[in-house]
Amino acid sequence: MNILEVNDLSKAFHLHILNGKKITALKNINFSMKEGEIIGLTGMSGSGKSSLMKCIYRTYITSSGQIMYRSRSGMIDLVKADDHKIIELRKNEITYCSQFLSVIPRVSAVDVVCENLFRIEKNKAHARVQAKNMLENLGLPPELWDAFPVTFSGGEQQRINVARAIIAKPRFLLIDEPTASLDARTKDVVINMLLKMKDSGTSVLVVSHDEYTLAQLTDRRIELKAGEITVDQMVTNENIS
Amino acid sequence: MVENNKYTNKYNFAFIDEATKKEIRRKLLKAVAIPGYQVPYSSPEMPISRGWGTGGLHVTLAIIGKDDVFKIIDQGSDASVNACNLREFVHQMTNCKTTYNTAEATLIQTRHRITEEELRDDQIYIYQVPQPEPLRSVERYEFKTRQMHGEADYAKMWVSLYESYVRDGDIMLGAGYPVMVNKRYILAPSPIPKWDVPNLNHSNALHLFGAGREKRLYAIPPYTIVDPLEFEDVKFHTENFSGTECYRTGYKKAFMDELYFDDGTKHFLINDSNFLDKLAEDMEPKQHANKYIDQL
Amino acid sequence: MSRNADNWLLKVTDLTKIYGEPNENTLALTGPEYNSNICPETDSIVACANISFDLYPGEVLGIVGESGSGKSTVVKLLYLDMEQTSGSARFMPYIDGSINMLDASSQKKRYIKNYLMGMVYQNPRDGLNFNFTSGGNIAEKLIMAGNYHVGDIRARASDLLIKTEIPVLRMDDQPVTFSGGMQQRVQISKAIANDPPLLFLDEVTTGLDVSVQAKVLDLIRELQQDLGITMIVVSHDLSVIRMLTDRTLVMKNGRVVEGGLTDQILQDPQHEYSQLLVSSLL
Repeated sequence: MNILEVNDLSKAFHLHILNGKKITALKNINFSMKEGEIIGLTGMSGSGKSSLMKCIYRTYITSSGQIMYRSRSGMIDLVKADDHKIIELRKNEITYCSQFLSVIPRVSAVDVVCENLFRIEKNKAHARVQAKNMLENLGLPPELWDAFPVTFSGGEQQRINVARAIIAKPRFLLIDEPTASLDARTKDVVINMLLKMKDSGTSVLVVSHDEYTLAQLTDRRIELKAGEITVDQMVTNENIS
Repeated sequence: MVENNKYTNKYNFAFIDEATKKEIRRKLLKAVAIPGYQVPYSSPEMPISRGWGTGGLHVTLAIIGKDDVFKIIDQGSDASVNACNLREFVHQMTNCKTTYNTAEATLIQTRHRITEEELRDDQIYIYQVPQPEPLRSVERYEFKTRQMHGEADYAKMWVSLYESYVRDGDIMLGAGYPVMVNKRYILAPSPIPKWDVPNLNHSNALHLFGAGREKRLYAIPPYTIVDPLEFEDVKFHTENFSGTECYRTGYKKAFMDELYFDDGTKHFLINDSNFLDKLAEDMEPKQHANKYIDQL
Repeated sequence: MSRNADNWLLKVTDLTKIYGEPNENTLALTGPEYNSNICPETDSIVACANISFDLYPGEVLGIVGESGSGKSTVVKLLYLDMEQTSGSARFMPYIDGSINMLDASSQKKRYIKNYLMGMVYQNPRDGLNFNFTSGGNIAEKLIMAGNYHVGDIRARASDLLIKTEIPVLRMDDQPVTFSGGMQQRVQISKAIANDPPLLFLDEVTTGLDVSVQAKVLDLIRELQQDLGITMIVVSHDLSVIRMLTDRTLVMKNGRVVEGGLTDQILQDPQHEYSQLLVSSLL
């Protein structure tokens, strides 16, 4: 069963402050995604990968087309759904994990990770234990757990970011470059965590430039070029060179 | 033949002209109709300055009739200078009988006390009020206090009691303890001591309040519920006279004055002079009953 | 909780506040297109006009705009601090949202404010009585909602002060002796003392230094997480809006020029003014 169907999606930016300049980010995007599938989005920088994720997450307003999402309560067009519905889906089903960690200052690493979990797990101590386990698996040194992530290195922030995205086990995960600045061991940990989520039914749309990650993780690859899909194929052993 | 003395007397009966008396009575009726509500009134000129009991005098003169028997006390005493002067004035202007005897009086004007002797339903009790606005201590703007009364928004008053309790371990309000009248308006019962406050509750008599300087009248009709403000766990209580007794009569259950004799010894004396006289003469005046006195 | 069209908490429709005597052209001749909220024909001032939005339980709505855009007016109208020229606001906790609360009598409005809403002003002096202790300020809100037990009041006040990280020892001190950040946290304690379903925050971090700002924002986030209070956050500061809110309305010259999910407003603003605002973000 498809969890997502994207039909004729296009996205353009109208920049009023640049005399109405129009920038096309995406056009003629059509694909569908099965429940439990992991799709890798690839392409050069500026090809529209992140734009596509943001359109699905409604951070960007889609210019035309449909994004049909099968939520627990039925099919819904993420382009047209009202803000309240989107907020509800974000709280309960869809999580977006960007490349960069953006958090409030002066919240500890553990609490940043727990943020989504606190909504379901009212016992804060339990939630923190889960978060610490996850950070331990990801190899974040325990002395950083209670520190403020603003001061962390890129790789440490990335691990926090991944951990907070997956800790509450979303139904549909949009994740941008989860392994970019990680060492080989941690990379495998992240990949395994995502695969485990897939087994429990989570569908994942992942942007990555990393061939190893894509090969290990994805069922299918979609390649974008200048805002259009150029390749959409299943990942088989033959594909991997 | 009815004697026409309209042009022979120098002053109108009870000094104030009839139209103004009528105005004051009309405002008093309104005050009675809305227990605790402050009614603005004209506060006409009197031969004494505003702030020296003109409010009480206005009320007295507006409602006194030829058959009334008038008593006036100041701090419990019939014989203080202020009481004597006003008594003389009322007598001259009305030719009404005056008395020291609480039981005999039909109109009793007071400053700062309620008589110890219980009031009856044929008596009217009139207060000289210096500051009619109980909320003045927490809100200095008149338009705001009126709005607060209008909306029964008394949180600030309560907070000031809370603050007093937090600061001092007790609600440190002596005279003029705020009361809730008929479960609706907070009222300043003139500066009567806390001892007298419970006697306003369900009183037989009509209580009228006049504030001449502030130009306000208000009333507590007979048999009206009057509750001193108190918290569920921090209660109102009256002045503590435990261990004291009147040195003349040996009586214990009354509001006492503290006296120092020339030899430096401290004595207590019943503040209400008429009540004291009656006890001293072995009469048995009927005292107000309330739960605070009963506890003694 | 399912979110169908009927379980809004607050439904605001065509809320308008005009100072002066408008004529029939006033609304047409003011607004962002004219870059003015002063009617050229009547000189009346359109503080806000035709503001409509729904707020759902647990949501945090941001209202952003420059000084004079009307954002504080909207909050003052909804907190019943001033009267609207026209428009309605229905509030679910008040008679199931069946009537316009803006038209309620002043006693009813007082009830709504005391029992069902909380407000945190930019200036702690607006929300706190500096003649009372900090505990007394919290007590005021509790007393307004009918709590007359000093022991209970003090227990609740100390809970709230702990929650807002103010030493309980300072409970019986006056807020005038506190730092700006502490005063703001006392104000927040007072505002949430009755667990109100709706909390307004008007420029709460403006004027605080950066580390104190962070602490106040953190506190608000935590309250939102723990208590699920629905909030309306007014700020000219987009980073405050970004950290606290789910949805945002962008206001200019008394009108809403754009409304949407906060990350959408910040990353894909549609209206010219929103684009300008976002591109000016440091």
